[in-house]
Amino acid sequence: MATTDVTLQDASGRLERKAIVNDMSIQVATVNGSGSQSSNTVLLRSIFQMGVPVSGKNLFPSNIAGLPTWYTIRANKDGYIARKKEIDFLVAMNAETAQEDVISLAPGASVLYDEPLKLNEIRQDLVFYTVPYDKLVAAVCPEAKLRKLVKNMIYVGVVAQLLDIDMGEVEKAIRKQFAKKVKAANLNLGAAQAGFDYAKANLKKQDPYHIARMDKTAGKIIIDGNSAAALGCMFAGVTVVTWYPITPSSSLVETLIDYMKEHRIDPDGKATFAIVQAEDELAAIGMVLGAGWAGARSMTATAGPGISLMAEFAGLAYYAEVPGVIWDIQRVGPSTGLPTRTSQGDILSTAFLSHGDTKNIMLFPCSVSECFDMAQDAFNLAEQFQTLVFVMSDLDLGMNNWMSDPFKYPQTPIKRGKVLSKQDLDRLGSFARYKDVDGDGIPYRTLPGTEHTAAAYFARGSGHNEKSQYSERPDDFEHNMERINRKFETARSFVPRPELISKGAKIGIIAYGTSHWAITESLDQLHKEYKFEADYLRLRGYPFTREVHEFIEKHDRVYVVEQNRDAQMLSLLKLDVRPELVTRLRSIAHIHGLPLDARSVTDEIMTMEGK
Amino acid sequence: MATTPGTPAAKTNRIGLAVLDYKGGKTTLCAGCGHNAISERIIDAMYEMGVQPEHVAKMSGIGCSSKSPAYFMSRSHSFNSVHGRMPSVATGAMLANRNLLTLGVSGDGDSASIGIGQFVHLMRRNLPMIYIIEDNGVYGLTKGQFSATADLGSKLKTGVVNDLPPIDTCALAIELGATFVGRSFSGDKKQLHTMLKAAIAHKGTVMLDVISPCVTFNDHDGSTKSYKYMKDHEEPLQDINFVPHFEEINVEYDPGTTMEVTMHDGSRLRLHKLEAGYDPTNRIEAVRRLLEAHEKQEVLTGVLYVNPKAPTFIDLLNLTEHPLATLPESITRPGRQVLEQCMEELR
Repeated sequence: MATTDVTLQDASGRLERKAIVNDMSIQVATVNGSGSQSSNTVLLRSIFQMGVPVSGKNLFPSNIAGLPTWYTIRANKDGYIARKKEIDFLVAMNAETAQEDVISLAPGASVLYDEPLKLNEIRQDLVFYTVPYDKLVAAVCPEAKLRKLVKNMIYVGVVAQLLDIDMGEVEKAIRKQFAKKVKAANLNLGAAQAGFDYAKANLKKQDPYHIARMDKTAGKIIIDGNSAAALGCMFAGVTVVTWYPITPSSSLVETLIDYMKEHRIDPDGKATFAIVQAEDELAAIGMVLGAGWAGARSMTATAGPGISLMAEFAGLAYYAEVPGVIWDIQRVGPSTGLPTRTSQGDILSTAFLSHGDTKNIMLFPCSVSECFDMAQDAFNLAEQFQTLVFVMSDLDLGMNNWMSDPFKYPQTPIKRGKVLSKQDLDRLGSFARYKDVDGDGIPYRTLPGTEHTAAAYFARGSGHNEKSQYSERPDDFEHNMERINRKFETARSFVPRPELISKGAKIGIIAYGTSHWAITESLDQLHKEYKFEADYLRLRGYPFTREVHEFIEKHDRVYVVEQNRDAQMLSLLKLDVRPELVTRLRSIAHIHGLPLDARSVTDEIMTMEGK
Repeated sequence: MATTPGTPAAKTNRIGLAVLDYKGGKTTLCAGCGHNAISERIIDAMYEMGVQPEHVAKMSGIGCSSKSPAYFMSRSHSFNSVHGRMPSVATGAMLANRNLLTLGVSGDGDSASIGIGQFVHLMRRNLPMIYIIEDNGVYGLTKGQFSATADLGSKLKTGVVNDLPPIDTCALAIELGATFVGRSFSGDKKQLHTMLKAAIAHKGTVMLDVISPCVTFNDHDGSTKSYKYMKDHEEPLQDINFVPHFEEINVEYDPGTTMEVTMHDGSRLRLHKLEAGYDPTNRIEAVRRLLEAHEKQEVLTGVLYVNPKAPTFIDLLNLTEHPLATLPESITRPGRQVLEQCMEELR
């Protein structure tokens, strides 16, 4: 790794700045629908291919074309991949937001801008680079109507030159991005090269930022959480998928369709799966229930508004005990809210989704590899516990690109739960659908089509006894609800256990999902900057396991960090822990729609600790 | 079973089952409710067609009609789901196990009001299932409010007059893509019985709207869904005969007065025309005639539309023959090399 210290001067020539290698955030401000997504991905991949840990986050509008979009790339030698609050290097391509984007930068940041924007007149304390994009693009792209799309690739070349990103890697990334479209790849490569050449000839390096080769990404993959979830579902043996398009979940099923068409067609050319776009979320979950009842591994993917619509069916699944997997790629609510921004706002509503006493199993993936692994867990748990399992992803995880170790092939066979076959019924003679035979609250079920005279039962959402006969008897209802609660208690030992980082500190932090990345960085900030130590527990499943209670017992104060307004997970914890422990829980909650950053967490903990 | 000499052996069908094997629990609906008659016809039709009860999935929503699957075929699995959403649950069940004979029982409130969204999309998909609307024009279980199939000008017991036009579920079903659409009357034993047998033989969505009077809330003067009104206004389009595929055809028919439709399984549906010129394979004409019937205050019954050849949703999905629900892990989980290939593409 290149660690040579270089002395540089800033724009005003007053300060000497030390080279900053492999530690920066680059923000690209563009207009959506302008092809910037390809350019941003190429830039991200080029850094990744140089072995430098990197993350990319797309802040996009709920719109098809013409509104501002920001893409933040963070390269960090230490592997911090949470959103960084400060922007070090701004690529200003959008006239509409350029002024504000520049004004919000911290002193010393760099700005690469389109010549006509004249941004260098706004501030004196920044480094400015200017590029005549229109002139450059006209030279490399004769076809006028393609220029808008190719223009963005020029900044990739400029940034590569300024930051020392190898153009060989840029080419590789462009070839991958455009895959079989050789003509498009060549055109874009020409644009990137034009940017590189222009920068080399005309721009004088004035900022301290450099990318230098490392070896921290060898063997790793780049994938978004929704695609990882899709892969996970395929390897979990999903057979029935129903969905209704909603941001940010649509790409999960769309990717799944591609994977299944490629890998789940039998030798006769027939599909070993059914994927159905339903008329709405009510139908989507209705189909999940019908398929789950009839024995398929069934799932849907949705977001908050869909979850709300699914509430009635969720209660039926809970009470009639029907398996199914629901992916909730959370976005900002209430109502339509900010449909293209991230949140952890569906925790409470999902935990108790539906009327009456309903409780649902939830899983909280924090990474793309957990999206893959938890797909297996979700289907296994759903069938083992004959209930819905909600996988609580979010937009940041689902739609952004993350680097990861390659996913591991499932270690255990698929678990289909307590299903009685014809042979079982021959042996047993009869069965009672809702009887707790094993003392774990989990009854046995049969599938429609089982050829035995004792196989049938009448599934219903109305009151029923052990034999699933209609019953309004108070004792039948009570016994059944208590048994289902026992089943939920059993689930405590089966959901994924939390991940713990313990140094024996007195202060604890609890977080879940994508907040994890800000927390791990914040722990280091707390240690390095304040000599403040905290233990950390990352929740991975609900109901809460024993370890969660123990963690709260062991710490004087526990900060529960989450991405919603109302401290939803903290509220769930309050319901679960011993009353005297409740006062130990403190909330750090964020609801701005941006992925959580470490600095905000660090500052808030220090404030609350009075430091 | 008693085997003493002199006791005749119980009559059995072609798979060796007695009609008792198709019975359900004791009905809790009102005495004289049309729904009970429909349950009886279902039992008879399933028995005569020799359907294995374990191959049937009974689906329903919420309402008096939706309770009725408990009163026939106890040896079949059943799912009484939520109000108006049975179509999606039935769709899921069929996706999971394409070999099931799925029979949905709904009501006019369950289908035409709260469930109209799912109803129309089910019809569009031509999912192979039988969908029966037990149509009495009122919400029985909530004590007699109008439903969306109540006719203009029909009167509630309380004197309230319906001033909104009815939804004709048959016209809708034909327009949207159902491939066997009929209307019948719970009191017309022979017609309903025969249509149900043909429904069992059909491949695709069968939508049967069966006028089924509510003796408690909608059987009075001024009701257009009463026994008396049906007696006075029913206009059967055909005299229907059905010859199942497993029976020999020994009666010829006159093509001039009778239309024969060959069903997917080889069964023959013979429609002796009572209304000259009515062609149940002509969708446009069928819808026109239904709209005309509303003008004339007729209740047209019979096979309104049939198309035994259209592809079903299962065909369109190109599903493997084996039920998806019970495919082994060796088929549903791709091998290690597939994961490695996917990982390589992401590097």
